[in-house]
Amino acid sequence: MSIRAYVPRDSSALSLGAESVASAIAVEAARRKADVAIVRNGSRGLYWLEPMVEVETAQGRIAYGPVTMNDVAALFDADFLHGGRHPLFLGPTEKIPYLQKQERLTFARVGITDPLSLADYAAHGGWKGLREALGMDGAVAVKQVTDSGLRGRGGAAFPAGIKWKTVLDTPSYQKYVVCNADEGDSGTFSDRMIMEGDPFVLIEGMAIAGIAVGATRGYIYVRSEYPHSCRVLDEAIALARAGGFLGDNILGSDKAFELEVRKGAGAYICGEETSLLESLEGKRGMVRYKPPLPAIAGLFGKPTVINNVITLASVPIIFANGAAHYRDFGMGRSRGTLPIQLAGNLKYCGLVEKAFGVTLRELLYDYGGGSASGRPIRAVQVGGPLGAYLPEQQFDTPLDYEAFMAIGAMVGHGGIVAFDDTVDMAGMARYAMEFCAIESCGKCTPCRIGSTRGVEVIDHIVAGREREKNLALLEDLCDTMLNGSLCALGGMTPFPVQSALKYFPNDFKAAPKRKVA
Amino acid sequence: MSDPEQDRNAVISRVLEERKDRPGALLPILHGIQDALGYVPREAIAQIAHALNLSRAEIHGVVSFYHYFRTSPPGRHTVYLCRAESCQSMGANQLVEHAKAKLGVDFHETTHDGAFTLEPIYCLGNCACSPAMMIDEEVYGRVTPERFEEVVRQVKEAA
Repeated sequence: MSIRAYVPRDSSALSLGAESVASAIAVEAARRKADVAIVRNGSRGLYWLEPMVEVETAQGRIAYGPVTMNDVAALFDADFLHGGRHPLFLGPTEKIPYLQKQERLTFARVGITDPLSLADYAAHGGWKGLREALGMDGAVAVKQVTDSGLRGRGGAAFPAGIKWKTVLDTPSYQKYVVCNADEGDSGTFSDRMIMEGDPFVLIEGMAIAGIAVGATRGYIYVRSEYPHSCRVLDEAIALARAGGFLGDNILGSDKAFELEVRKGAGAYICGEETSLLESLEGKRGMVRYKPPLPAIAGLFGKPTVINNVITLASVPIIFANGAAHYRDFGMGRSRGTLPIQLAGNLKYCGLVEKAFGVTLRELLYDYGGGSASGRPIRAVQVGGPLGAYLPEQQFDTPLDYEAFMAIGAMVGHGGIVAFDDTVDMAGMARYAMEFCAIESCGKCTPCRIGSTRGVEVIDHIVAGREREKNLALLEDLCDTMLNGSLCALGGMTPFPVQSALKYFPNDFKAAPKRKVA
Repeated sequence: MSDPEQDRNAVISRVLEERKDRPGALLPILHGIQDALGYVPREAIAQIAHALNLSRAEIHGVVSFYHYFRTSPPGRHTVYLCRAESCQSMGANQLVEHAKAKLGVDFHETTHDGAFTLEPIYCLGNCACSPAMMIDEEVYGRVTPERFEEVVRQVKEAA
């Protein structure tokens, strides 16, 4: 029997040369007449070790990494196919502490299975949730989600069950399920990892949502920056359809659900749900006024469940293991687990799925290993470009929606970006305004005009022109944007700006410090 | 010799025929045209408007709203440099300056030899391997100035 060797096809692993490693293994195996079956899995999320190669041995899966194509011959010499020792030997994958200490529910299969193998998916508990849901009345199914305590993982943290119930209770001949896969926040990549590493879990979650609320059509809106995710999803949908998990008669139940991938076009604002719906309808991604809520009048004016990738991908396990199992993880009103993404200037960047309640400090130092540059971590931004910058004294805050709100920050999509002490926080505040100006849809004045004025005012402050007056003006502008914007883009851009001003006032004093070489 | 304008029109007609009846067809149509031609030519706007029974202004409004769509031909390769926060924390600003100097262009411009168009991008989801860039549809991580030069050279030679 051939030996299974795993080389990830995750975008980040590919960005570090995984493709050349996979082909080098194939060539070397052929040359040595070794019987190797290469499986292109998702990433385990230990990105400092990518490309991480695993082999299936009698002792379980053994990892090696980070592997380059030039290491491959030496790995064969060391008999890595049977777990032989080599400087890149990492031992059994499951015993790597970074992975061992996690609580992987949503990411249970990512990196373990072949993302495009229906057999693998089924063998690892796949479709169990869908089968449960098919036997349930819509109201019972929706109650499962409500009871699990699952909140929207895209950033707004709205209870998913309430959204679903609104759609269920709104009569219509046509309803939709839309997956928001426009993961535009810097520092986040968990949606991408699911789409590339376990696409069937997203398909299953969307099919369950459709069955629960009576929607027969679904769309996955994927950003154009993720070409690889689009390809994997297209393939996975075709396979799921052929397997009877999508279509007119799901698993012989007579229930229907059809799914299609739609590609975005590089507009950050389309991650805002109403703007995304406009874009799906073929229009400019302009934010809509609410009400009506998308749950009542969403895509093409019809009741629509619109949830983030992680929210929908967390649904199958809730149905497979029961709402109580999921709810038992977490703290306060933040139930279940959060796939946290460690990014930026950290030694060990990657995916850490933990129950809510883990502190920033644990994440930055116990998992992240401190900064990559070896310098002190000065600021972290949690929750993407609209999240506050937090200084050292806030690092003991537990990851919990309410705890973060209490310090004027947000968990958002769970992305954490670390900066070392060379960061110029006035520069980051300026960038926040600049980003808002580039990405504003233009519908409301505070966001469209305020962001451009914000850049100018920050420039004045840093240049020392009428400092006090301009500082007051900036505060006033932030207040207007916060309270007067139509959506979170204009409404939350002040968070990074005000937090930078509050915690790092010295950076705004003289001309910005240049980065230390 | 084929007539390039005729070829373009054939592509536009084919994409319209395939996609115009889909719900919310405009973005899939624009992607189809840009995938085939590298950009959305001006003459496509009127044809799309006609096929979808919309005004040309509406089509133009959509094309110009999205950063990804372009109305002029790009270079043979498009280099997307990530400018977002995570990449900035690992030196993206210096990488941007280096890339601009090396290629001799600013953002949204194409090199003299037509090889590369330089575009900013706001997150590639490769934040665990910052700074990141994408050339056409290939993503690269931990891009130092040296790695940038090496990759650009390889891409150019491979063409």
